[in-house]
Order: sequence, then structure tokens, then C-alpha cells
Amino acid sequence: MAVDNKKIDEIISRYEKTEESLLAILQDFQREFRYVPEEGMKRLGEVLNVSESKIYAMGTFYKALSLEPRGKHTVKVCMGTACHLKGSGQILETIERDFKVKRNHTTKDMLFTLESVNCVGACAMAPVVVVDEDYSGHARPSKITDLLKKYK
Amino acid sequence: MSTIKSFDQLEKTREKLRAAVKKDLPSVLICFGTGCQANGARDVAKAFEEEIGKQGLSVNVTIGLKTTGCHGYCENGPLVVVRPQDILYLRVKPKDVVEIVEKTIKGGEVIDRLIYKDVNTKEAIAQYHSIPFYSYQKRIALRNIGNIDPTSIEDYIIQDGYKGLAKALAMEPEAIIKEVEASGLRGRGGGGFPAGRKWRSCVAVKSDVRYVICNGDEGDPGAFMDRSIMEGDPHSVIEGMIIGGYAVGAHQGYIYVRDEYPLAVKNLQSALVAAREMGFLGKNILGSKFDFDIKISRGGGAFVCGESSALMRSLEGKVGEPRAKYIRSVEKGLYDKPSVLNNVETWNNVPMIIMNGSSWYAGFGTEKSKGTKVFSLVGKVNNTGLVEVPMGITIRDLVEKIGGGVLGGKAFKAVQTGGPSGGCIPKDLADLPIDFDSLTKAGSMMGSGGIIVMDENTCMVDVAKYFIGFLVEESCGKCTPCRDGLPRMHGILNDITEGKGKESDIDTLMELCDVLSYGALCGLGTSAANPVLSTLRYFKDEYIAHIRDKKCPAGVCKALITYRIDPKACTGCMLCAKKCPSECITGEKKQPHVIDESKCIRCGVCKDVCNFNAVNII
Repeated sequence: MAVDNKKIDEIISRYEKTEESLLAILQDFQREFRYVPEEGMKRLGEVLNVSESKIYAMGTFYKALSLEPRGKHTVKVCMGTACHLKGSGQILETIERDFKVKRNHTTKDMLFTLESVNCVGACAMAPVVVVDEDYSGHARPSKITDLLKKYK
Repeated sequence: MSTIKSFDQLEKTREKLRAAVKKDLPSVLICFGTGCQANGARDVAKAFEEEIGKQGLSVNVTIGLKTTGCHGYCENGPLVVVRPQDILYLRVKPKDVVEIVEKTIKGGEVIDRLIYKDVNTKEAIAQYHSIPFYSYQKRIALRNIGNIDPTSIEDYIIQDGYKGLAKALAMEPEAIIKEVEASGLRGRGGGGFPAGRKWRSCVAVKSDVRYVICNGDEGDPGAFMDRSIMEGDPHSVIEGMIIGGYAVGAHQGYIYVRDEYPLAVKNLQSALVAAREMGFLGKNILGSKFDFDIKISRGGGAFVCGESSALMRSLEGKVGEPRAKYIRSVEKGLYDKPSVLNNVETWNNVPMIIMNGSSWYAGFGTEKSKGTKVFSLVGKVNNTGLVEVPMGITIRDLVEKIGGGVLGGKAFKAVQTGGPSGGCIPKDLADLPIDFDSLTKAGSMMGSGGIIVMDENTCMVDVAKYFIGFLVEESCGKCTPCRDGLPRMHGILNDITEGKGKESDIDTLMELCDVLSYGALCGLGTSAANPVLSTLRYFKDEYIAHIRDKKCPAGVCKALITYRIDPKACTGCMLCAKKCPSECITGEKKQPHVIDESKCIRCGVCKDVCNFNAVNII
């Protein structure tokens, strides 16, 4: 995906020009581009006068940030305790098998990025799968593939 | 609404708002918590809007349609409450809406199909507060949740909102700290450190600048009470923080929220805007000459950032690694300034303590753990959701009375409390009162309040492996015991679950646990051994069954189990054979099927699809 430099500057301009804004800006990059582009990190370093290596350290430390382009849809399989007990491992394995993708990777057609996440705080509906911002509770290995096939 | 400039004006505004609410008119409250929204609450709300509009009911009868925060009973969402009768409808679908409007709202009739039915006694109950899930609760922290629209500051003010703040601003800061100390309020984030003492030590440090911070980085898997409070009653947290800021002399507050909680971020943001507009934040709050404001910071998905020093590093825009705490953060915290960090639920309790007095609050709970605590009761239990009870309730009461017992009539085995750093407490200790000290004594901890119920089909070795696996991923990598010790433990546990365990493994595990407890840098590391220690303490026989007999008694560990079809129960419907991804199930139509164990990948799909309970794990 081509990265628009104007958009980068627009995102940076939303925040105060202090180091405190670093994480928030990187998160907005992630939301806009579905990853944190190198151009964005460079530009951010210039504007905030922070070394690139420091921004890179942030990019690799925080799980919410990805330095690689991601799929159109993010599929989060919750691996919280309640979900684990109710079989989220089988859900994750089913998706890995049926969509030929490993956890924390993206399908070849760039449609899905599969993530295992630690608790989305919807434990009462365990096991939970979140596609983009849609929560599906009480997920079952026999139903999950059909559910995901609805996303194009 | 205009800025409120004095205490009198606040009370007048409250009276005016209250007068505007017409008490006995019908109203419909729809839960808009994450759980209910996932189950389709938005469509239900839309259907209500349409139906009410279509029927022109607003001409004769005004129906207040309100979307609220989480009622806690997420298992049965979407939840709809009809007032004034106070009827709770569960699992409401858009197609039920016409009937609810016709029968209940217009006719005052109860629709039996949609009300609560007790799983065990089969008793049907229509009234919201008579349902056992709610009737045993004492709601202080969750006081407003489910009653108010979280995006309406007016709703909050009607429910005595910002009354505690007005009272606090008329007090001396020292008197507020004394009041919080006397209430016995202990930090709800897990450590249980007395909140009043924390505030006092912050004030004792000489400094021109101080900060108050709210820890909304709820990272414990299986816990979502903070999310519900931030989503459902954001002003209660803000009010608590303003009081705290005034008491310790801070003018800037920060709320650190997980980015995984988009609705919480949204509702907090809009609450801050509303509070600023009405003069609860900003300069000269309520004419008291006290200035205070709050910023929101979204977390980056790192569990360790729930640790105080790591959280403050992250707030500063740095990598969230903890530091050794020779000097505590109340002395040198954010930007090296004295900082008070409290959890969401702790802040949310503060306005109630100030408004009602410390002795009122200290009237709940046990000798050393005062007040109430919100628990997220999840796992293998009938009624899952958020519950708030006085400290000191027994595990048995929580699981059986409020939780309605273990799911599917299975045998209760243990509860896990305290998140990844907590431990498992076996059923033999079910009469243990839940408070900070007794849980620690039993080898677990309170943590933020996740209570995960486990049944006979839960493998305790697998649970230990799960938590250690979680911690391996979340370890920040700064200190050696945590960075290198946890993966070693995980490797050993993995071997055990795969049937490759050795008798000496248990001793090695114990040794590694010691290294972690004594040698790790931060609280995350020192408590990381708890899941292994507590399962070894109470469930050693299960470890031995895995190691010696190569058996997983609970039927969980893949390498040690076999799926088999019971020929007597199998009807030969062929569904499992169709769904099996490795095509290893064979059999004629209407004849019992057979699984080829050599090809079976133990994915569990056959068991999941079988309608006759014919697939067994042995």
C-alpha cells in the first residue's frame, strides 16, 4: 500500500510536538496504514527531534504496532484464560489450517492478518473472535471458517 | 449546559435535572456494553427506535430509550430493562421488540419467554433485582452502571455525581487523606496497598509538581471490570481523580487505557469534554481556585505496562520497561515527580467514600479488606459476568449462589484468581473468604479481580503452561530470571503435557520458581512463578499422572488423549465425517462411525459438531 506523506504529516499534526505523543501517533499510523511505515517513523523523528532508533524501539516493543504491512481484516483470536479454558486453542488452529496462515502472520492474498491476543475483556462470551471491530462470542471450531469467509 | 461555578449552583442544576425526569413513565434501557453489542444490541436499539416511532407512542407516552453501560450479565445479552416495572429481558432479538412494546410497555404484561429462568431450580423471575445474580450483590463501584447513559454527564449528576467532589473541595486536603485512610480502601489493581497511605507518602515529598494517574491498562486475561467501569461510568473515575489531585496537590492527571478497549477510550474522551464544559475540569473548579485537568493515553498492548514504573515510562512516550524500585513512584514517578497511581476501580470508589463518609465504607467487607470488590466471574460457570460483592464472601457463595454453579452440571475443581501472577485454589478451600490476605495465604492473590472457574475438564498442568506461556510473551526482557527462566519453565511444562516429562522435572520447576521469586526485577517477574507453585501445591497428582502414566486426567493435553466414537451413541448421521479436516472418520450411513487414530489431528471438530454426544475423549 502506497503511503501518503501528506497523511503522515496530518496525523503528526494532531498531537502536541512532545515525546509524550510518540505512542499515540504511532498508533494512529497503525490505524491509518494498518502498519507503521518506515517513512512515518523517519518523519516523526524529524518533527519531534527524536532519534529514529528510539522510535524503532517503540515500534518493536508494543504489540499493537506492526512494522510490516497487514491484511485488510485483522482477526483476533482471544487467548485469555476464560477463552483458553473454553477451547480457543482449537479455534486458532482451525483458522491456521483452513486459511493456511500462521498466527501473527498475514494470508498470502493480504485479506486476513491472524493474531492471537491476550484477553479482549469479553470473557463472558468466551471463546471470542474479533474481526476488525466485530466481536463474535461463543465461537466454535466447526463454525469459524464459515464466519470468516463472509469477509471479502 | 453552562459552566457550574459554585457548589450551590451544582445542587441547583441537579435539582433541575431531577425535576425534568418523569419518574413513572415507561422507559427502556438497552445494555450497550461490549458483550451485548457483540450479541446484537445495536440492532435491538434500532428496532425499538423504529417501533416506538412507528406507533407514534411519543405523542401519548414518552418512552425514554436509553443505552447504558454493561449490566454485567454478559452471558445473556443483549439485555433490555423495562421500567417502571423493572423487568429484565434476556437475549432479546430485534424480532421480539414489537411484542415488548405491545405487551410490556403498553399493557404492563410480562413476556415469559424472555425472562430469567434459573438453570438449577427452573424458577422464572421477571424483576431485575430479584434475580440471584443481582440480589446477592452490593453495588458501590458499579453503582451507576446499567442505570445511566455513559455519554450523558446530566445522567451522572442526577445520580449524585460530582457531589463527592463538591464536598471534597470544601475540605482541607489533609482531611481528605485522613478520610480515605480511615475508609480502609486498598488498591484494587492487585497489590492491595492502602490508597490513603500512598497519597500521604506522595504529599510528604517536597516538589513543585505532582501527578495523579489512573491505571486502566487492564491486562489480566479473564478480567474486565475496569473496562466496564470506564465504558459505563467514566465520570466516576474522573471525579475520583479530581478529588485525588486536590488531596495530593496535583494539577495534571493521566488516564492510561488499553488500546484494545476502543469503547472505553471513546466514552472517557467524551466524558472529559463534558466535564471541562461544565467546569469540573480546568481552572478554578466550582469556584474553589483549584485547577486540574486530565489527559488520556492509549496503551500499546504490552502487559508489563500495567506495572507502575513501566506505565509511567510509557506515558512519557518511551518503551515501557519497568525499573528497580529502590525509590518508589510516589517519590519519583512520572517525569521523576511524585506521582500517585491508582487503578480504575480505586478511583471510582473515592467519590463514594467522600460523599458517604469513611465509616459507611468501612462498614462493608472484612477487618483488613474493607468495602466491596468487583469480580469478573468467568470460565466454566453458569452465570458469567461482572459481580460486585462485599469483601470476605466465600468462593463457594460466589460460584454457587451468584454464579449458579458449574456449567453443564460438571464437578467444580478450582478457581483461578489474580491473573497470570495469581494461582489456582482447589475446591477443598471453597469456604475461603475472598479478601487480599486470605488469597495471598492460599498461594494466589486478589489481582484485579478475575475469578476463573475450572471444572473437571480443566487440566491444571495445561493451565500452568498457559499462564507461563502468556508471561513468556509478555516479559519485557530486561532481567535474566524472567527473560530466560520463564521460557525454560515453559519448555518443561510443554514436555510434560506432551508425555515427555521426567520425574526430576518437578524439582527443576521448583528451583526455577525460586530463582524467579527472589531474583526478578519487577512485580510481574517475582509473582510469575505463582501459577506453577499453586498448581504444584494443590494438584501435584495431575503432574505425576502426566509424567508417570502419560495420561491427562482432564482430557485436555492433545498428545495424551484419543478421540473415540461410542458405537452405541453414534447414529451414523455422517456429520462428523463430512466436517473432519483430515478425513479420518469412516462409516456407512446410519451405521456407527470410526476414527482412524493414526490420522486424527485431535482438532475436536467431530466432538463439536456431534449432536448425540457420541464422541468421547479418552
